[in-house]
Amino acid sequence: MDWLLQQLINGLALGSIYALVALGYTMVYGVLRFINFAHSDVLMLGAFAAYFLAPMVQGAGGASVMSAFLIVIAAAIICALIGMLIEFLAYRPLRGRPRLTVLITAIGVSLFLEFTGQHKAVFGANTKPFPKLLPESTLHFGAVTMQSNDIIILVFTMLLLAGLWAVIQHTRAGMAMRAVAFNEKAAMLMGVNLNRIISFTFGLGSALAAVAGIFYAMRSPGIDPLMGMKPGLYAFVAAVIGGIGNLPGAALGGLLLGLLETFAGGIPGLSNYRDGIAFAILIVILLFKPAGLLGRLQPEKV
Amino acid sequence: MKTRFFNRLTLCGVAALSISLGLLLAGCGNSGSGIKVGEFASLTGKEATFGNSSHEGTLMAVDEINAAGGVLGKKVDLITEDNLSKAGESATVVNKLISRDNVVAILGEVASSRSLEAAPICQANKIPMISPSSTNPKVTETGDYIFRVCFNDILQGKILATFASGKLQAKKVAIFTDVKSDYSKGLAKYFKEHFVAAGGQVVAELDFNGGDKDFKAQLTAIKAANPDAVFIPAYYTDVALICIQAKQIGLAAPIFGGDGWESEDLVKIGKDAVEGTYFSTHSSADSPDPSIKKFVEGYRKKFNGKTPDAMAMLGYDSAMILVDAMKRAGTTDGDKVRDALAATKDFAGVTGKITIDAKRDATKPMVILQIKDGAFKLVDTVNP
Repeated sequence: MDWLLQQLINGLALGSIYALVALGYTMVYGVLRFINFAHSDVLMLGAFAAYFLAPMVQGAGGASVMSAFLIVIAAAIICALIGMLIEFLAYRPLRGRPRLTVLITAIGVSLFLEFTGQHKAVFGANTKPFPKLLPESTLHFGAVTMQSNDIIILVFTMLLLAGLWAVIQHTRAGMAMRAVAFNEKAAMLMGVNLNRIISFTFGLGSALAAVAGIFYAMRSPGIDPLMGMKPGLYAFVAAVIGGIGNLPGAALGGLLLGLLETFAGGIPGLSNYRDGIAFAILIVILLFKPAGLLGRLQPEKV
Repeated sequence: MKTRFFNRLTLCGVAALSISLGLLLAGCGNSGSGIKVGEFASLTGKEATFGNSSHEGTLMAVDEINAAGGVLGKKVDLITEDNLSKAGESATVVNKLISRDNVVAILGEVASSRSLEAAPICQANKIPMISPSSTNPKVTETGDYIFRVCFNDILQGKILATFASGKLQAKKVAIFTDVKSDYSKGLAKYFKEHFVAAGGQVVAELDFNGGDKDFKAQLTAIKAANPDAVFIPAYYTDVALICIQAKQIGLAAPIFGGDGWESEDLVKIGKDAVEGTYFSTHSSADSPDPSIKKFVEGYRKKFNGKTPDAMAMLGYDSAMILVDAMKRAGTTDGDKVRDALAATKDFAGVTGKITIDAKRDATKPMVILQIKDGAFKLVDTVNP
């Protein structure tokens, strides 16, 4: 019983990180109808931003809530700017081209970031020790343990989900985003500045990725330029399971995938197949609900 | 239309010219008069400290050889290639070393999976290859041109099994294996064989993929099996993260591993979570052995006070043994050097007397280290 409860906690903590990354994927998809594969590498850049910022911000004081907050905000801003830059340099020139072209470009951007990051002059390919950002403590409930960080991550993911929902539903920028998602051309005719809205979407998505990257690095404090690949893939799948373009769906998908991976991984003999099991379940879900758990099927207009 | 066509034609011409010029220049760069020895190592990436230590040891040996006049009247030219600690890269760089640089021998690697990539290529080209510190038995089983200057995992598994039931007093052990690594799978297998044969019990066997960041699911299962000790035959970056998460979920059983742990980065990443853990390796800078003392001194002088680890010592020995074989063979011809290598007997290496046995392995004593106050402390020396 303890075992089950412990795995539940492990799974939820891991899943909330996938959920956070999935939010970024699904939001960009919702607006632009394309998968930004570079999202997982912006996650890596977020972790590295925090890695370099931490000694500067913390100074001699060490880990504190205030410094952690500053580091996360600064890293999010840096990554938001990088995200907008990526959109400006790589995706904007392709506006109006076939979607496949943009998709391949996104994969190119992703590989570019990964392999540039591995170069000696940039980050280097070695695993780097990620500094402690928050004072950590382990909470014991009988034989079950929980990290203070995991609780913070879970709460933060829910807050960001709510915040994102509020931005999209109740602000002018959010309304414009929804308008662009609904019909790009009509939105432009109504006076929506398309470039600005897309840029804003990328900035917001990249800031989320930065936060997710920092949380991911806090859980396992060894970072390298390829660290984004696995959570990126899982989060992408989570977004699809939840119904891509649907925010609560992405969060739900993330939590589900975290739990699946954890329970499959915790069974001796099956731990090697945990990715296989998680992805097999994805296929089953998509067989019965092709649009994902919370997604709505939109018939293609001919 | 016409001008555009001519523009393209000029462009093609320029491209062809620059490529041929590049080839010409590259050709010039390679035409040294020394004896070319190739080395492939993980200078960057997940196991970067292995590659760098090993490379520095090899470099030190080559510099000493050249300072003493070289071998067969020629200097040794060491050509080093980085494989980024990645699968697939070793085959590419070793092919390049053999076919483009025309090296007469290959030195490398530390990680068994990557040595196993290079070994068939060296064997097919009849180029002698010496692995400084790959311990998986399959490496030298590839063929008669493949050697190593260290013990193999059959022996390491046996000594670790004795250590677990002896010093750690463990009757029930959990094993956590990296399924991506031949080293990890091999060492886990041989450990289990010896431990079970000696009356021990393996209560949980869990797997991960090298490079994973989340191990809590498997560690929770290990904790539920309630082992007396946990054996992690893996490489240091993964081990550091595993130890951190083991501590977080309250896994209190002692943790131990093999020579894949030995890296300063284990402590840098793992910090207090790796305190008190044990691992076996080839040799220790703490050893009172005079040959090791002399090596440590020279290495510190050459590399800004850095203390060498076992990978550095074995890197040094691999180059020294190759040169010794060339001297005895009187040529750099692959077949003759191979025969001389196979006949190596009681060569005085840093890591002890090296005799190459019929399986092209070197049987040598092993040390057990413990991490105390962030440093590796010599606990025991075990003779096979």
